[in-house]
Amino acid sequence: MRNSLKLAFFFILFSSLFFSKVQAAGEQNDLLEVDWSFKSFFGKFDRASLQRGYQVYTEVCASCHSLKHLSYRNLAEKGGPEFTELEAKAIASNFEVTDGPNSDGEMFERPAKLSDKFVMPYANVQEAIAANGGAYPPDMSVLVKARSGGANYIYSVLMGYDEPPAGMELDDGVYYNKYMYGNKIKMASPLDDDIVEYSDGTKATVDQMAKDVTTFLQWTAEPHLEARHKLGFRVIIYLSVLTILVYFSMKKIWSRIETKV
Amino acid sequence: MSDHEYTPKSKVGKWFNDRLPLLTLANHLTDYPTPKNLNYWWTFGGILTFCLITQIITGIVLGMHYVAHADLAFQSVEHIMRDVNYGWLIRYVHANGASMFFLAVYIHIFRSLYYGSYKSPREVIWIIGMLIYFLMMATAFMGYVLPWGQMSFWGATVITNLFSAIPLVGESITNWLWGGYSVDNPTLTRFFSLHYLFPFLILGLVVLHIWALHVPGNNNPIGIDIKKPSKDTVPFHPYIVIKDAFALLIFLLIFAFFVFFSPNILGHADNYIEANPLVTPAHIVPEWYLLPFYAILRSVPDKLLGVIAMFAAIFVLVILPWLDTSKVRSTVFRPIYKQFYWFLVADVLILGYVGAMPAEGIYLLIARVATAYYFAHFLLILPFLGFKEKTTPLPLSITEPILGGSPDMAMARDNSNYKEKL
Repeated sequence: MRNSLKLAFFFILFSSLFFSKVQAAGEQNDLLEVDWSFKSFFGKFDRASLQRGYQVYTEVCASCHSLKHLSYRNLAEKGGPEFTELEAKAIASNFEVTDGPNSDGEMFERPAKLSDKFVMPYANVQEAIAANGGAYPPDMSVLVKARSGGANYIYSVLMGYDEPPAGMELDDGVYYNKYMYGNKIKMASPLDDDIVEYSDGTKATVDQMAKDVTTFLQWTAEPHLEARHKLGFRVIIYLSVLTILVYFSMKKIWSRIETKV
Repeated sequence: MSDHEYTPKSKVGKWFNDRLPLLTLANHLTDYPTPKNLNYWWTFGGILTFCLITQIITGIVLGMHYVAHADLAFQSVEHIMRDVNYGWLIRYVHANGASMFFLAVYIHIFRSLYYGSYKSPREVIWIIGMLIYFLMMATAFMGYVLPWGQMSFWGATVITNLFSAIPLVGESITNWLWGGYSVDNPTLTRFFSLHYLFPFLILGLVVLHIWALHVPGNNNPIGIDIKKPSKDTVPFHPYIVIKDAFALLIFLLIFAFFVFFSPNILGHADNYIEANPLVTPAHIVPEWYLLPFYAILRSVPDKLLGVIAMFAAIFVLVILPWLDTSKVRSTVFRPIYKQFYWFLVADVLILGYVGAMPAEGIYLLIARVATAYYFAHFLLILPFLGFKEKTTPLPLSITEPILGGSPDMAMARDNSNYKEKL
């Protein structure tokens, strides 16, 4: 009886934790669920998907959304898209950054290097807001972690553009989205079939691009996810073995005084 | 306490010990007679010490890389997550460590409530413990502000604004806390400074907490006074050490699961959005471990009274040793109190739940009833129950119920029942 009561309490405790999350998201359709490769204990990124996702980001999203916490070197790092260093260098050199001052005290432009941060589409937040009808396109570095629902939410929003239900009035520059909070979004549907051309021959459907770019954004938000899963697995194994050893040591020690532990 | 004089065997040891009796202290800690019937709810003291040390060590490392500045804090946290070697691990251990710390402290407190560990002669241990708990909440709150995300900023705004409810001087106090006219850079830098200081105050109090514990010795699941050392006790080392180690490892497995496989589930997504004073989040919620108090705060319609109720909720705990009039410590022998104990546990969980919900409609009603019950438990039920309740007979020693060798048949029945419950 007491044990079942206890169980009930813990059940309430944990369910309340989870329900509070659901509640916070509120008033929106259930998110689309994708069986992401990076989920679960051994979850890893799909390397090809990350590379395609980078392509979608850079050709579609990057005109408005920054990735200010990333550096070009990250693209070649382990656990990420793993472009070769040469590829990453070539990618970086497509962008111009302001450096300086030089010995004459002048600022100058030069191609970006691996150590540079991703070049931002706008000089500052005000410019970004002005160029986007009053809505700031959020920085995407940790976007997946900044939305409840995470990767599923980002994917759902990308897939959630639809005709507004009858009776819903939308202002100019506002679009209907099934999964967006309040169902109104100021970003026009960014993806269309074949808007990018994948070099690996994958067909660039909206669904495929949404998955790829979401995978990419999951990586930008959690660049060490693979290392974390790998280390976590080892830690759990280590702790489990140690726990068993300590358990039997405990039994042995307590057997000296013939008392149950 | 073991009263026998200890003399180190080696000459050097004796020379040193005569000047600073550290070896006597070590010997006392090793031999410390502990009731042998302590169950696993007693292992959380050791677990909490571990949590505090972990928070201090990871915190010191994070402090090497973190920048306490409104424009740079968020970025420096991302720098830790991305560029610092194993920075992600250190930060996730620190962030989840706070939650695990509170999980453990709540179990520790409720264990004390169940077995009456706060009663004479252990009132001072309890009060120091409550001080530690209060400082923990302050430390955790300020720590949550440091990443300077949306919840950091708005949580800080809501909580510091509470002080503006104080009549006459409220406004001035709030401005003084902020170091300005809103939560801004001066607020962040002082929170960082205090967040670094408080854990060491807690550490000092923990030493006092343990010192105060070692004067009367541990309470135990049947809550009776025992002779020390005796058949009823075991030396702390190795018996309790190994048991604490085993429990700690189980705890660490759960801890590791959060850190490595679900590091953000206990936090709020909004805190990965950089603080913006112009955009208010849809729901401002504190971290889960503060939710019951948040619910009490919001359940009172008047702001000042709400703040008073919130602090009173902690204060009734401080004076608990004098509110509970029953002489019997352990709930095992208090059949009626046992019911009320579980009502209280449910009540606090309900308060936590409604604290996470918007303060409107049915949630507000539930919060009000639960708040009223919370205070009724401590201020009405406990004082009366001590006089009215008929407790079941206490065994004479710990060994007695374990061996089941009581001559009193009624008691023997009671004891077998008791054994099963443990």
